[in-house]
Parts: sequence; structure tokens; C-alpha cells
Amino acid sequence: MRVLVWIVEGTWMAAVAAAKQFVPADAQITLLHVMPAEAQAVAREAPQALLGRWHARSTEALQSIAVQVASGLLADARVLLGRDATLNAQGGRVGDAVVAAAQKTDLLVVARDCDHAGEGPRSMGPTARYVLDHAPCPVLLVWSKQADAT
Amino acid sequence: MTVHLSLVLALVGLAVTLAVAVARPTWLPEAVAAVVAAAVLLAFGAVSVGRTRQALGDLAPTIGFLAALLLIGDGCRREGLFDALGTLMARRSNDSPRRLLALVFILAASVTAVISLDSTIVLLTPVIFATVTRLRMTPTPYVYACDHLANSASLLLPISNLTNLLAFRASGLTFAHFSLLMALPTLGVIAIEWVVLTRFFGAELRRPREQVAVSDEVKLPRFTLAVVGVTLIGFLVSSLIGVDLLWIAAAGAAALTVPALVRRKTTLRGILQALQPGFLIFVFGLGIIVAAASDNGLTAAVRAVLPHGESFIYMLGIAAVSAVLANLVNNLPATLILAPALAPAGHVAVLAALLGVNIGPNLTYVGSLATLLWRRILRAEGTEVNLGEFLRLGALTVPAALLVSAALLWAVTRLGA
Repeated sequence: MRVLVWIVEGTWMAAVAAAKQFVPADAQITLLHVMPAEAQAVAREAPQALLGRWHARSTEALQSIAVQVASGLLADARVLLGRDATLNAQGGRVGDAVVAAAQKTDLLVVARDCDHAGEGPRSMGPTARYVLDHAPCPVLLVWSKQADAT
Repeated sequence: MTVHLSLVLALVGLAVTLAVAVARPTWLPEAVAAVVAAAVLLAFGAVSVGRTRQALGDLAPTIGFLAALLLIGDGCRREGLFDALGTLMARRSNDSPRRLLALVFILAASVTAVISLDSTIVLLTPVIFATVTRLRMTPTPYVYACDHLANSASLLLPISNLTNLLAFRASGLTFAHFSLLMALPTLGVIAIEWVVLTRFFGAELRRPREQVAVSDEVKLPRFTLAVVGVTLIGFLVSSLIGVDLLWIAAAGAAALTVPALVRRKTTLRGILQALQPGFLIFVFGLGIIVAAASDNGLTAAVRAVLPHGESFIYMLGIAAVSAVLANLVNNLPATLILAPALAPAGHVAVLAALLGVNIGPNLTYVGSLATLLWRRILRAEGTEVNLGEFLRLGALTVPAALLVSAALLWAVTRLGA
């Protein structure tokens, strides 16, 4: 059995806790984090609006921060999971990347964007809802309440 | 040369210069394109020597002012002001994404208003990205906020945006009067941005937040802050003490630059780079080209298209047309075209046009559709960026912001009358 756990800033602990609780011990787990491309694109390209009054600044620094933070996040998630897992860090359109990665798996673990206090349609943002709507496999959907993380 | 032919030639020169400025080919700097186009217009008699001299004379104080502002922005960067503000923001956010967004709003609006939108876009935005990412939060809402406020909050002071600088002299207002009239419209637009962004990114803002350690040490460069503060006060009282704004800006720039040069924190080469001489020459060239087009019929055509009068509907109309023009080309040439056409109608019309050219670029994150399309052509394969998100956010904020700011500007001018 192959299981994909979608790691998102702020809610990843709940997703990992759910994987710990419900996924069989012999399953292969992959932890996936997707860094959205939009923020970097804005930081990189907004100076175009200034016509010529800006230096051609390197944005490699931003990319390396993003990569470093994502790998730290995934490493922490594996520690919390407490067992072997493949780490997958990507960048791009988040919804599409998660759905594409889920093509080859038997179960996708997704945490909502808020805890029980936000019950209802607003408990998931557009990206999580997109993933739910397009997931090719069964989805384990959990609340993001951090108390569950034990 | 006939007037029609001159107009056609000037418009072609303008189109070519802007195309070069947008496409930025490595073999042809936009300054060269602008100067060559201006020289061609001069050689063919589309613009007279006297008119050229007048256009250069009109632009010179504005360009000098811009140069001083570029040095002030560079000084703030050199002294680590933006990094310190980023760390301070992270520490004060207290684990709350909404609070962090509010701090980004305050920071981006303040930097834009006081040090200009260039600094917010080029210097502050990367700091916000780095800070928020390190806090293990999705940076998207915060970077969008920074980018949007760079445009929205640039309404406030004549120094906040190059468009304001260019239109400021045409408006005939004092620094303090301009700022007073624009204060409420600016607040109105920031309120719209807050409502739209907090709803648009509701999911990101509702997510629980991890405890992430933030560096305890924040060293705010006090001397730099003091210079910026004193310079701002100087601007506000300039008309009272009878000192030209240009000298106050130059004094502020010198106060930040000279000590750094003496202490070898920077070099003459670094200062020259910060001054962006190529861009300053580009604006001079663009000014001559626009003068040629304006004198040969463009001003008349713009006047015919723009609504006249001081009622709310007219002001909204001017703002809307200006926003469209800013998105078709870029707000810099748009302002050069609009300011002379509107100046005779009075300062209210000029301010209404500024609402359009300053808020309008939020429709696209690169300031004009032409630039956006060009970028798309350049990387037809690179679809990893969700372009729809940018455009949707622009469509949600810009029309509402134009409506609210025009209404507030109208109310403020009524109150003053």
C-alpha cells in the first residue's frame, strides 16, 4: 500500500498524526510539500512595473530559502511520523502538483485548513478543495487541530 | 512637417521606446532607445529645439528629486532597515497570521508612502517573502499584500510614486496640501485591500501556526530612521519655510550617503549604480517624445476622451480612463501623457488621474498588461504560476478601490471648497 501525506504549513502535524494512527505498518509513506510558485513570481517580477528603475536582482536567495524551509518542514514531519518515509519537495501550482503525485498512490492524507472552530465550507480553502475534488484515490480528511498530534 | 505626420512619428517613437523598455533586449538599453527616438523627432522637426529645452527644464527638478529618493532608498537598504523591520514584524506577530498580515500592511504602506513604492517592490518584498517563509507560513498572502500596497499606498505623498512626482508640479499644490487631499482616498483603498485580501486568503489566515523561534536581536538603524523622519517633516513644511523640495530631498540623500562614503560602507561606484543614470536619461528622452506627441495633437485627443468637470462621476471617469491607460502601457508614460492634458482643468483632475495610474497597475502584478503578455510570450511553457489568481485578485480590488478613492477624493475636495 502506498500512502501520500500532504504536508502544509501549520496543519502538517494533524496530517502526520492521522497517518500514524490509520496507516498500516507495512505501507510505504511519502511526505509531499509543494511550495506555491506565485509568491516567488511576484517577488521576482513585480519590479518590471518600475520599467528601468531597478537593479536586476538575483532571486536565487529567495529560492534557496524556500528550499531550505521546505526540507526542514519535511524532515520534522518524518521525525513526528516516527518511521521511514520518502520526502518529496516540489514547487509550482499546489493543487495540480498534489493531484499529480496522488496518481500513483492508494490513499491521500489531507488536513483541513482549520480546526473544529471553522466547521463548514470554509474549513477548506480553494486549494484543499481542488485536491479533494480531483483526487484520483481515496482521501483521508482530518481536522487540523494540533491536540490530535499525540 | 505637417502636424499629422509629426504626431504619427512621435507615436511611433513612443511605441518603440516603450517596447524596448518592456522587452529589455540586452543589446539595446532603453535609455539609448529613448534618446535616439527623441533625436530623430528633433531632426525631423516634430519637436522644436525650444520646446525640447523647455521639456528638459520641466523634468529636471523631478529627475533630481527622483535621484535623491533613489539614494535615500539605497541608504535604508545599506543600513539594514528593511531586514530589521522584517524581523521586528515577525516578533510582533504573536503567532497570529491575521496579525502578521496587518503588520505587513502597516509596514508596506509606510515604506511606500515615505520612501516610495520602488523600495517596497525591490527591497521590502524579498524581505517579507524570506521572513514569512522562515516562520513556516505560506508566503503568498503576505507577498501579494506587499505588492498591492506598493501601488495602493503610493497615493499618499508626492514622493511615494514617480507618477506623483511627475504630476505634482503640474497640479500646482504644495506638498502638505497634496498629502492632505490624498490621505482619505489612500486609507479607503487600503481598507478595500484589507477586506479583499483577508477574504481571498481566508484559508491561509485561518490555519494554525507553529511556534518558530525568531531572532531576539533587532537593530533598527536609528540614524537612518531619523534622517528619513526629518526629511519627511522638511517636505511637509517646505512651503512654509520657503525651501524648494529638491533641496530638502538632496539634504536627506546627502545625510545618508556622505557618512557612508566617508566610512567606506559604500563606494562611488555603488552610489552611481543606485542612482540608475540609465533610467534618469530614459525619463528625459521619454519626456521629449511625449512632448512631441502632446503638442502635435495627443493632448487634444486625450482632452476629447477624458471627461470634464468636478462632479463625482467625472472624477471616477478620469480615474477609470487613467487606470486603463496605465494598464495598456505603463503608468509612467501614462502620467506623462495625462498630466499636461489635465493640468489646465485644475488639481482635482490631476489627482483623479493619479488615482487611476497608481491603483490601476494592481490589475496585473507587473504594472501593465503589455508587460504581462510579453512575459507570457517569453516563457510560453512556464505555466507553473497560477496567473488566474493574480488577475482575479486585481479584478476584485481595482474597480472597488477606484470607486471608493474617487468618492473620497470628491468628498474631501467638496469639504475644502
